[in-house]
Amino acid sequence: MRTIYLKNKPRIIGAYSIVGPKEGRGPFGKYFDYVMDHDKFGEKTFEKAERKMIEHAISHSIKKAGLKKEDIDLMLSGDLLNQIISSSYAARSFNFPYLGLFGACSTMAETMAVGSLLVDGCYLNNVVCSTSSHFSTAERQFRFPLELGNQRVPTSQWTATACGSCVISKSGNGPCVTAITFGRVIDFGVNDVNNMGAAMAPSAMDTLISHFEDTKRKPTDYDLIATGDLGKLGSEILIDLLEDKGLKLGPNYTDFGHVYFSRGEDTMCGASGCGVSASVFNSFVMRKLLNKEYKRVLFVPTGALMSTTASQQGESIPGVSHAIVVESGDEK
Amino acid sequence: MNDKERNKIYNQYVEAKIPRTRPFPSLLNSFLVGGIICLLGQGINDLLLVIFPTMSEQSAWALTLVVLIFLASFLTGIGVYDKIGKFAGGGSIVPITGFSNSIASPAIEYKNEGIIFGMCVKMFSIAGPVIVCGVAGSMLVGLIYFIIGVL
Repeated sequence: MRTIYLKNKPRIIGAYSIVGPKEGRGPFGKYFDYVMDHDKFGEKTFEKAERKMIEHAISHSIKKAGLKKEDIDLMLSGDLLNQIISSSYAARSFNFPYLGLFGACSTMAETMAVGSLLVDGCYLNNVVCSTSSHFSTAERQFRFPLELGNQRVPTSQWTATACGSCVISKSGNGPCVTAITFGRVIDFGVNDVNNMGAAMAPSAMDTLISHFEDTKRKPTDYDLIATGDLGKLGSEILIDLLEDKGLKLGPNYTDFGHVYFSRGEDTMCGASGCGVSASVFNSFVMRKLLNKEYKRVLFVPTGALMSTTASQQGESIPGVSHAIVVESGDEK
Repeated sequence: MNDKERNKIYNQYVEAKIPRTRPFPSLLNSFLVGGIICLLGQGINDLLLVIFPTMSEQSAWALTLVVLIFLASFLTGIGVYDKIGKFAGGGSIVPITGFSNSIASPAIEYKNEGIIFGMCVKMFSIAGPVIVCGVAGSMLVGLIYFIIGVL
């Protein structure tokens, strides 16, 4: 049994999202709390900009929750950069205890899951969970300089410049986290760093199968089942993989990476990066949960746990996906 | 089924599902842009010989390369060359302008990490292998020529 049920139902009482201009032009544009004019966000380097995005998102999510900074007991955050510097350096400017978590693009679920458990266990009252990704910082770390005149392959994805943050609390009103299925690290031997959807899809399959087996629920029991950033190809693969195992995903399934950017933005298979699931969950999904359009959501961000060193040494790409169930919940 | 078999089947399945690039338009774009760059080079070369009638052909070649390298670096700096590259693919990578772009782009990218350890170190991160392979290849060819000469 891998699924954990949260009896005290910790509430998500404040959520905030911030994205770059290209992301703001996408289908979720009107739901995001803040769209930056420029990817540098007034900073000298892209790394500093990413850090500032986390600081901004965390401060505003606390404000939206109606709390003060002193009320926060713990900050949980992670990102894609080496030594998760965006999160840790953002934590430097706050006075909270801090746990840095890395789950690649599954980080939003990881921080929310750990945060919810700590609140559910009555150890803490308010935790703030966040994650971010930035196109320009990720590109230079994992790929090529921005100005290099190369072409992208059709399976590649575009790292989103986006950040999301939410406050999970013991009291207050808001959607509640009711169950968590932590993912195993799954590797089906995909070596192509330009095809992360195919590398991560098996991990999403594994987590979803465990989740449905444990809970005895069907995909139709959810108003929305959303994976993080499998992209167009990866989400099609996931549907195929699950069908092989006798699980059919219906029209309530979507992949945020696949639908994140507008057509014509030249993003090939869609968006990737921690910020994709973080920004959509903390804007669009939260809004729908709050106005009760969605009653029960299964949120499954997917992460590819590779590094450039491991890939260059010929290692394949392991994936991990964590699933959390968020329900609209009654007013307390 | 063991993991190895499972991975093999999965990779075959993924391979069959991958969207393909259409070769004809890519080749055409590449041919057009590559051809224009070469035409430009020839034009500069001819122009130089007209303006400076006393210049030797070899000096004109060298100067043409300098002009092309400058142009490509300049276009990289103002953020145009990557757009050309996106359209042209190999057409703008193979000529010397592509080499220039591969040195200028990391130089711009890493200037925030300092002149020496940022820019200077990273400048050849993409062009470096080309130089190493070029030098090593020429040595090998030279050696073969030498051996043939001795025989």
